[in-house]
Amino acid sequence: MAAFVLPFEKPVVDLVERVRELRVLSETDATLAPELARLEQETSRLARELFSDLTPIQKVQLSRHANRPYTLDYVKRLCTDFVELHGDRRFSDDPAIVGGLATYHGHSVVVVGHQKGRGTKENMKRNFGMPNPEGYRKAIRLYELADRFGLPILTFIDTPGAYPGIGAEERGQSEAIGAALAAMARVKVPIIASIVGEGGSGGALALGVANRVLVLEFGCYSVISPEGCAAILWKDGSRADEAAAALKVTAFDLLRLGIVEAVIDEPAGGAHQDYDEAARQLDAVLWPTLSALLALSPDALVDDRYDRFRRLGAFRS
Amino acid sequence: MAWPEKQVPTTDASEKVSFGAGVFRRCDGCGETLAATELAAAFEVCPLCGQHHRLDADGWRKLLLDDGALDAWDTTLEPLDPLEFSDGKSYRDRVAIAQKKTKAREAIDIGGAALGGRPIAFGAFVFSFMGGSMGSVVGEKIARLFERAAAGGLPVVLLQASGGARMQEGILSLMQMAKAVAALERFRAKRLPFVSVLLHPTTGGVAASFAFLGDVNVAEPKALIGFAGARVIESTIRQTLPPGFQRAEFLIDHGMVDMIVPRTEMKATIGTVLDHLMRRQAPGSAPTA
Ligand SMILES: [Zn+2]
Repeated sequence: MAAFVLPFEKPVVDLVERVRELRVLSETDATLAPELARLEQETSRLARELFSDLTPIQKVQLSRHANRPYTLDYVKRLCTDFVELHGDRRFSDDPAIVGGLATYHGHSVVVVGHQKGRGTKENMKRNFGMPNPEGYRKAIRLYELADRFGLPILTFIDTPGAYPGIGAEERGQSEAIGAALAAMARVKVPIIASIVGEGGSGGALALGVANRVLVLEFGCYSVISPEGCAAILWKDGSRADEAAAALKVTAFDLLRLGIVEAVIDEPAGGAHQDYDEAARQLDAVLWPTLSALLALSPDALVDDRYDRFRRLGAFRS
Repeated sequence: MAWPEKQVPTTDASEKVSFGAGVFRRCDGCGETLAATELAAAFEVCPLCGQHHRLDADGWRKLLLDDGALDAWDTTLEPLDPLEFSDGKSYRDRVAIAQKKTKAREAIDIGGAALGGRPIAFGAFVFSFMGGSMGSVVGEKIARLFERAAAGGLPVVLLQASGGARMQEGILSLMQMAKAVAALERFRAKRLPFVSVLLHPTTGGVAASFAFLGDVNVAEPKALIGFAGARVIESTIRQTLPPGFQRAEFLIDHGMVDMIVPRTEMKATIGTVLDHLMRRQAPGSAPTA
């Protein structure tokens, strides 16, 4: 993988690299095992220490990290028999949202997720994970497919936001997102959303009206990007650090505000340092969460989702 | 990335241009000088060119509701400050200032009313209250509007005018979109009509949740309606936007609203739509002749 390193993660990245090298060497030289164990521990300790002090904007940067695992990286590790389904049956197929059928712990499920690209070429194709209306209409089609066949829905949220473009407006970006929210509210199957990277506003929420919402340790979720917020408040996008702090966008903020049910630990140095381990950690929470929901009746699932969102808000009467 | 864009172009500049101590106003459309009383009596529509200037929530009640009367629901709801948000000025202060300026508690009124003798559940955004932005109170009141209407078997008429989600409530404001749409879904299951009236402006999180989910979507002439703000789009695509972009006429051209209705015909049009949708026929009741 092309190494992209944020300045503040450099010490951890160096250690993780050394662990990786040592792991390779210790496969042929058993005497290195104690040294490997020591270094692994040291790495994990340093990563925890360093990353526990990260500022909100640094966590936002991690959530957008170019090496971070994306939806298809998780689907590949969590599921088998993945069959990707394409198109909204109305206009086109939007590669910024992927979805399809898969087997998860022996159950057929429908997966839907934002998909960013790796490298310039794929990012152009996937529009940097910013969907057009067709992406949301494909998602709606898949939510309804899941509903007809009684399949649980697993979504993966990772987008800067819905694409703000002329064509998107012409083809009804607002309506597409609104209709996706409605479809998610309506379907009588379990829905679990996992925020694996950036949760950018309404474009993220269109995959987020779930019975349970999980967030990775360095995932974020916000009504507006810190840069956009700073531009509006202070006419100065460079004050994104202040906006990120004010908006309360980090995983533990979300837990405290009742927006998510659980925060998933990431491997030392972040999910991008070890995709397999990141997927294992997510699976360790995702599967029990789904198991519990499978016990609910179709109507109870709709009521459960209704009550979950009905409670969210802060006001006095 | 996207929203909400706060600098929404306005069509009510006339309210800022007052000369002759507010006796005369200049029309934004034709530039003619009009008697302020004449413009107010015409619900802010220019008698010469038909330009629609902003009509406040009070004016809309008088225009649409019988006797201008609204039996207001949940008038005491007020926002908290869950994020302890401050941009130099605290959110609490901003709310207090808005309340003082607008004499409203929050950015939406809801209640029971009659429209041409038809009982309805009615909601109207108060755009002058923090740009009609949707925080917890607005989300809650919209959810209650749909819940009460569903329980009482009433159609819903909701006038949209909002810049989108309320940034100062952060992620909780985003959740209001889901809450309001979920309540709308339950209401729809009762097969009761929802007429969504899109006024100037309807953008961001309000546009991208319930505003386009009306059984019938009605827009006002020239209203700005869209997902992303013009500046955000321009800075993303590095192009100037075409004239008329995101105006009501652009939306009808692209199939996003059912009709553009001038203010003078709004009450009659909504009434006719409600009659059609409420005149439900029992199965098997077709005339046998
Ligand atoms: Zn005029």
